[in-house]
Amino acid sequence: MPAINVSKAHDQRHASRVFDLAKLPLRELNQALHNLTAGSNETAWEVLNPKGSHSVAVGVDQPITIDVRGSVGYYCGGMNDGSAITVHGSAGPGVGENMMSGSITVKGDASQYAGATGRGGLLVIEGNASSRCGISMKGIDIVVHGNIGHMSAFMAQSGNLVVLGDAGDALGDSIYEARLFVRGKVGSLGADCIAKEMRPEHLELLQGLLDRAGVTDVKATEFTRYGSARTLYNFNIDNADAY
Amino acid sequence: MTYRNPPTTPRKSATFDDYTLSEIRRAAATGIYDIRGAGAKRKLPHFDDLLVLGASISRYPLEGYRERCDTSVVLGSRHAKKPIELKIPITIAGMSFGSLSGPAKEALGRGATLSGTSTTTGDGGMTEEERGHSKTLVYQYLPSRYGMNPRDLRRADAIEIVVGQGAKPGGGGMLLGQKISDRVAEMRTLPKGIDQRSASRHPDWTGPDDLEIKILELREITDWEKPIYVKVGGARPYYDTALAVKSGADVVVIDGMQGGTAATQEVFIENVGQPTLACIRPAVQALQDLGMHRKVQLIVSGGIRNGADVAKALALGVDAVSIGTAALVALGDNDPRWEAEYNELGTTAGAYDDWHEGRDPAGITTQDPELMKRLDPIAAGRRLANYLKVMTLEAQTIARACGKNSLHNLEPEDLVALTIEAAAMAGVPLAGTNWIPGKNGF
Repeated sequence: MPAINVSKAHDQRHASRVFDLAKLPLRELNQALHNLTAGSNETAWEVLNPKGSHSVAVGVDQPITIDVRGSVGYYCGGMNDGSAITVHGSAGPGVGENMMSGSITVKGDASQYAGATGRGGLLVIEGNASSRCGISMKGIDIVVHGNIGHMSAFMAQSGNLVVLGDAGDALGDSIYEARLFVRGKVGSLGADCIAKEMRPEHLELLQGLLDRAGVTDVKATEFTRYGSARTLYNFNIDNADAY
Repeated sequence: MTYRNPPTTPRKSATFDDYTLSEIRRAAATGIYDIRGAGAKRKLPHFDDLLVLGASISRYPLEGYRERCDTSVVLGSRHAKKPIELKIPITIAGMSFGSLSGPAKEALGRGATLSGTSTTTGDGGMTEEERGHSKTLVYQYLPSRYGMNPRDLRRADAIEIVVGQGAKPGGGGMLLGQKISDRVAEMRTLPKGIDQRSASRHPDWTGPDDLEIKILELREITDWEKPIYVKVGGARPYYDTALAVKSGADVVVIDGMQGGTAATQEVFIENVGQPTLACIRPAVQALQDLGMHRKVQLIVSGGIRNGADVAKALALGVDAVSIGTAALVALGDNDPRWEAEYNELGTTAGAYDDWHEGRDPAGITTQDPELMKRLDPIAAGRRLANYLKVMTLEAQTIARACGKNSLHNLEPEDLVALTIEAAAMAGVPLAGTNWIPGKNGF
């Protein structure tokens, strides 16, 4: 693909590629990423001038690094499966939606639905995340250094959401088996979401998540764990007021 | 000997009929609304209210069995690099693994493949049975995103973004605990045995502007290869069609209120949404107003039963129809051979709709390993293929009688309506008149 600007390779095994979205269309970036096969030596990618583009680096399935130099629009890293994406800016809605594995780090803030329906991997938001963070999450781990907005972890099925700051209203509404760890205040809890005892295995799990997210100045013991009361798992008419 | 005044005949209320009374008693006893499967059962204006005119002095027919009448259709030619080419304009609608057994999904795939048409996943992810036995498989992208993953997205032949369905526009999926087996629970990332109520809204987009961006993401992930359908329940067909086209859809799917569901509230099924017949002309009109008729394909579902329904739907301007309930009946659903067992469940063959309970005597809407064995997927697949063949031949018979060498050449001018309601909905004249209600100031 001659249109792509290949920068000087560091060595034969780990070539880096710089892709400037001011010069080439998004389609060529994603196609080039999808064309990678196992064992490719093009393991370090850099995306310049994203300028709020949607769907940057979606559907990547190789263990490469992608540094996005600027802010992105919707669905950056959507369905990521194995790559390590760093957004050196803020992210629009749905960053890392349905991620399977790998990691996404947002140096700035994230808009709504961060990590929606994610199944695996690690999503780190170094700033704040807006509403519905971790909505319908299905196994992903999410660590937010700042605060998260309302309705976060709505119908969260599995995985872990760690919030170093505060959570907005209706946290964990209709939650299933996901675990929520919040260090600050919670605006309010949603239906069937309750504070739970932090047992040793939870402290260990949380410490591991903090370590993976590069958080060093915070202790696991400072968090409160939230999860499902499991009272809405089977429909009972006497619970109708909760719906 | 005492004199007795002549009695009146006992008279039941038309308003409080037997079914209504039984429902009041059921509600009073249980405190829970009634949940069932299938689509609207009430009588609605439908394709039976339309007639095909056939040939006359001004229109000459084609010879049956001798002159060709094309049935093929291409779906997704607007943007997709790899549009779907089907031999017949009758597809199999989305029905989930979970609501249906694995062998039932396999049978649908087998029948569709034998017939040169597509089948569709459902609110439960893609199974190997289904992918393996379906030459052309449409992968649904639903609010719940159960089982959603990029690998299955890429091995699908098309993607259908489900906004709603005809049985419950505005409602999410429902699968009660009896059917959440280990395998179903694992595919949906849920605890076994819970009553699953999946979301009614997509988690990461809201409204037509977001939908456009979501479609772009799915196209980028799949390198613009796959046709992208947008499916809506029959609620606001004109605007939903226009907004789906504006959002970039290749195909619009509209499911009328006779379209079935695995499970939802009876009150939802019977009272929310519009009949299939009422959805078609507004949707076609939207495509025509945008200059996109036949460029964005329209699929309509909900109560399609035979080749006449297919021919009439196509004459009204749709590109293909989709069947769900009828396909299940072809597999063996509600077969009178199981009458004794239907009776034990308090129902009768033809009326059984408690699909959510997982006790289907026919072994189709169940996850019970013993009941599932009753369905032979090879034989059932053959029955479905036979049925699709008959529907196609019937539609061709009608099209040839109208002088059409393709099913898609049928047109509204080939139809009249038997009722004023159907004439108004379908936009064709009331039989014996030139009156189209709502047109020309009348």
